[in-house]
Amino acid sequence: MAEIIISSATPKARLSSRSVLKFVAPLIGAIIGLLIGALLIMIAAKDPIAAYATLLEGAFGGKRQIQETILRASPLLMMGLGMTVAFRARVWNIGGEGQFFMGALLGGMVALFFPQLTPGLMLPAVLLAGAIGGMFWALIPGILKIKRGMSEIITTLMFNYIAILLMEYVARGPLQEPGGYLPESAKFVSAARLPGLFGTRIHFGVFLSLLFIPVIYMLLWNTPLGFRLRAVGSRRSVARYAGMSVNASILFAFLFSGALCGLAGLIEVSTIHFRLKGSISAGYGFTAILVALLGRMHPIGVLISAVLFAALDIGAQSMHALFGLPITLADAIRAVIVLSVLAADSLSHRRKD
Amino acid sequence: MDWSLILQWGFLIALLTSAIRLAVPVLLVVLGEIITERSGVLNLGLEGIMIIGGVAGFMTAYFLETGPMADASGYLYSWIALLAGVIAGIIMGVIMSVLSISLKADQTISGVTLVVFGVGLANYLYRQSFSTLVASIKGMPLVPIPVLSKIPVLGDILFNHQPTVYMTVIIVVAVWFFLFKTTWGLNIRSVGENPAAAETSGINVEKTRYAATLIGAALVGLGGAVLTVVQLKLFREGITAGRGWIAVALVIFARWRPKLALVGTLLFGLADAAQYRIQALSSVQRGAGSIPYEFLLMLPYLLTLLVLYLRADQQDAPEALGRPYDRSA
Repeated sequence: MAEIIISSATPKARLSSRSVLKFVAPLIGAIIGLLIGALLIMIAAKDPIAAYATLLEGAFGGKRQIQETILRASPLLMMGLGMTVAFRARVWNIGGEGQFFMGALLGGMVALFFPQLTPGLMLPAVLLAGAIGGMFWALIPGILKIKRGMSEIITTLMFNYIAILLMEYVARGPLQEPGGYLPESAKFVSAARLPGLFGTRIHFGVFLSLLFIPVIYMLLWNTPLGFRLRAVGSRRSVARYAGMSVNASILFAFLFSGALCGLAGLIEVSTIHFRLKGSISAGYGFTAILVALLGRMHPIGVLISAVLFAALDIGAQSMHALFGLPITLADAIRAVIVLSVLAADSLSHRRKD
Repeated sequence: MDWSLILQWGFLIALLTSAIRLAVPVLLVVLGEIITERSGVLNLGLEGIMIIGGVAGFMTAYFLETGPMADASGYLYSWIALLAGVIAGIIMGVIMSVLSISLKADQTISGVTLVVFGVGLANYLYRQSFSTLVASIKGMPLVPIPVLSKIPVLGDILFNHQPTVYMTVIIVVAVWFFLFKTTWGLNIRSVGENPAAAETSGINVEKTRYAATLIGAALVGLGGAVLTVVQLKLFREGITAGRGWIAVALVIFARWRPKLALVGTLLFGLADAAQYRIQALSSVQRGAGSIPYEFLLMLPYLLTLLVLYLRADQQDAPEALGRPYDRSA
């Protein structure tokens, strides 16, 4: 992170115990997480080694499995990257879930209300609507934070619940499939559905997510805006003193992360569900937060974490199918990993060189 | 929907009674967090701790009630279950304390991650034990207070509740007394306002914060257990529905004072109770004018936003809140 404060000459980088720990921390975290997971599996009177073998098999065991893992990693990656931008500015946008839903909602509404759009227009329109939906949902908490100093953690969280309820209402009520009796909307026209590419199920959204990796990197480290964001995140009072527009940076962080989450939501309904309903997310919003944290708020780290967590999810489904282990085990393991990394990180910071 | 139904006595009495009962779990959580935050530790893991307390309490109650000693003394099992919730809360509190106080990790990150851990673990443990079975327990009986509950209207609303409600009132007074009338409370508050000065006057900042966080977490776990064991008598994924987070906001609304916490949570309880009852009313009378239940479910969250908006200037927050204390710094 940028150091705005003038510091005394730093010694040449050397392999101190502290830096080794920092590098190795995620690994330790992952191991501890998996160990605790094994403990939980044993509580369920099942063999952890066999269970984990099934997990690996389920996530990477074949072409179909790898596709599933990639498809699951894609929204985590996109949302995780969005979170990274926000977290770097110390904007704790916990509302990814809600922004995901609102992006899906707005984009879905475009698809449902304007089915006559040609494919060339429809796709950009729904993608844009998705981003705007998420952005809008992050805008209000952003303004509340800037104008009233309201904790963004609580506001974005409340907005999560409200968004999910809103989506459930819409899917059950005004937009419900005419003549249908399930609480979901009509199917989107084919122009609004993102197809799989190259004969696989991998769709355009996956590439979009990957595209954002270099974009986020350049944004954060190669632009003045990125510098301001990181300054606001690490030394907010100093940034303000140095004349930087802290509020504008904070607002940007909100809007950008919201847009990416909304986009991810829209892509999810356009590729997996093809309609609006209440159950479009498997808790992506919260997992994305962990992805950003485990990925050390760095695009490459986020990529690795997204794949890892996606593998955990997909593998957990196999564990469920074969051993009856609840899928929520993956949640617990993920969180333990992040907690362990947190602990290891903090330990490494405590040693003042 | 016939809105005039609301203006009937029966409805209002039921509403207010229900409001008190619904407020109790959240009030316990808020009280716990007030103690913790007064010492300067920002414990955002409330939602996770609450649901762990809830699952611990519920599962203890269930297995005691359906186990070999099923017919043993009346409602003792509920109390044991509540104790289980307290212990579970303390265990979660240990994780938070170690991370925040000894390891000085960022408290926001620790808290949010702890929530994900708690929720995931709670759901896992429940599903693992019950798979698809929908389990419920007996809960606690209403204990009307002898003379007072005979008072018309007020008697029904205030004095005809489960014992946990009365217990919570006592806890409110106890927390207030503890924080403002005892030396321990003074220590906690000074550690939260100016840890360096407190350290100089001989108070062990770390130990005090540990104590405050663990006591707080114990109350949070208790709140979760009261929710599942006494009030709802079942457990489901997401049963806390954000109450832990609402509690964080309510602590701010209460200006870190137990008495205001009582007021704030009662307001919240009222919103919660109103939302249930209006749902019930409008489902009985379908047709134009009935409010979609999803919007009613939004009420608690909207109220929380309003409450936060009104208390936006955190002048009363403990000065050192959220900042790890380093003795050598």
